[in-house]
Amino acid sequence: MSFKQVLATVSLTLLAAASHAQAAPDAMIKQVSTEVIDTVKNDKAIQAGDVGRILVLVDTKVMPHVNFQRMTASAVGRHWRTATPEQQKRLQDEFKILIVRTYAGALTQVKEQTTVQLKPLRAAAEDTEVVVRTEVKGKGDPVQLDYRLEKSGSEWKIYDVNVLGVWLVEQYRSSFAQEIGSGGIDGLITKLAERNKAAANKT
Amino acid sequence: MSQRNSLRAAAVGLLLLAALGAPHAQVQEQVQEQAQEQAKEQAKEQAKEQAKEQAKELVKEQDQAQEQGANDPLEGWNRAVFGFNEGLDKVLLKPVATGYKAVVPELVRTGVSNFFTNFRDGWSAINALLQAKPVVAAQMVTRVATNTLFGLGGILDVASDLGIQRQREDLGQTLGCWGLPAGPYLVWPLLGPSSLRDSVALPLDLSWATGALTNDGAARIGLTALELIDIRTSLLGADSLVDSISIDKYVFIRDGYLSRRRSLVYDGEPPELPDDGKAGPACVPR
Repeated sequence: MSFKQVLATVSLTLLAAASHAQAAPDAMIKQVSTEVIDTVKNDKAIQAGDVGRILVLVDTKVMPHVNFQRMTASAVGRHWRTATPEQQKRLQDEFKILIVRTYAGALTQVKEQTTVQLKPLRAAAEDTEVVVRTEVKGKGDPVQLDYRLEKSGSEWKIYDVNVLGVWLVEQYRSSFAQEIGSGGIDGLITKLAERNKAAANKT
Repeated sequence: MSQRNSLRAAAVGLLLLAALGAPHAQVQEQVQEQAQEQAKEQAKEQAKEQAKEQAKELVKEQDQAQEQGANDPLEGWNRAVFGFNEGLDKVLLKPVATGYKAVVPELVRTGVSNFFTNFRDGWSAINALLQAKPVVAAQMVTRVATNTLFGLGGILDVASDLGIQRQREDLGQTLGCWGLPAGPYLVWPLLGPSSLRDSVALPLDLSWATGALTNDGAARIGLTALELIDIRTSLLGADSLVDSISIDKYVFIRDGYLSRRRSLVYDGEPPELPDDGKAGPACVPR
């Protein structure tokens, strides 16, 4: 091969490689999980039970990686399309508070020995939806914690979480469907807001 | 997005080639290759669109299946028993467990917990064997042997420190593994959530209780009560979390129980819903 041909091939390869360089979903999950757990381990106030600080932590470190619209739409089901934009926004806001509180509640169980282990990722390179499986190991049995992620642009966003074999969004679907059945979408919004307020007052 | 980028990259590379004065024939070859690649990319895009449409249809089906609700024909009876259990928990089990947690030092509580779990691990080993999972069965037998011989009869969880994993199995999972569907949701007084399949297995699952170790009636009752308190204490955190995040606690626990049991039958990787049975029983290698 002539020098020019070699140069051409090399530049082609480099350009192709550069355009495919994106963060892998499992690496992202591992990084975020480790960051969150390390923060909890080092923060005495959180370990003492300061819920406000955990909520802030989850909000700033985890939520940017979550696709809330898809989560809420998925949990609400087919009624999402019949909801007005204001209703949709309120549903999203209340559901977000609920999810953050769920995650924060789980974080109160983090102890010194808690670590997150990634399980091998079973996905093809072109997949736009993947399941990342992790295990939280601490004292006692390891806790299965899986994430469903979708590719949005060059980022991966979480749209469902599985704890101990239960996918959260699917879990909420029947409750939401029941509330919508008895009180419509506004009924569901009211119930969610009520539940969030009650929990906030308890802490 | 990525195909556009790679196309762009290839186009720039092509320009570079031209700028370097490569022979005309080579450029023509490159152009043909490009055209072929473009056609391939378009075909891929179309296939992807089709797959997306199919996925949307599947989600619609799932929506409908979900809206039909879980298999709970006895909801009235179940809710009544659930209410009774919640009441009993509030006045008896939870206060006792809370007191137990406050009074008994953590080391002792862990030892008690390890002792009961070690005993249960024997049952898991037997069920692993019944599910044709010899590796898991051997693992569990190793756990029990290690903890009993080197862990003061099970009080110290030496096996976990050595890295031997636990996999909980019971007769309900064994039946599910071999293809018996869960059946309707059932709530038992005191024992709590169950399904028809798990209830059929319940007598045998319960018989492998630490209480069966002795014949002394009082000791048996004492051991069973202690095991119950131990279990309730381990659930104190989860229970308060469920209280704060569930809209309807009954529905939340029912759906959580059924999902978790299904996941356990498939050892953590259940096939996607709707489950039209094409996947086959979990125990039969696919």
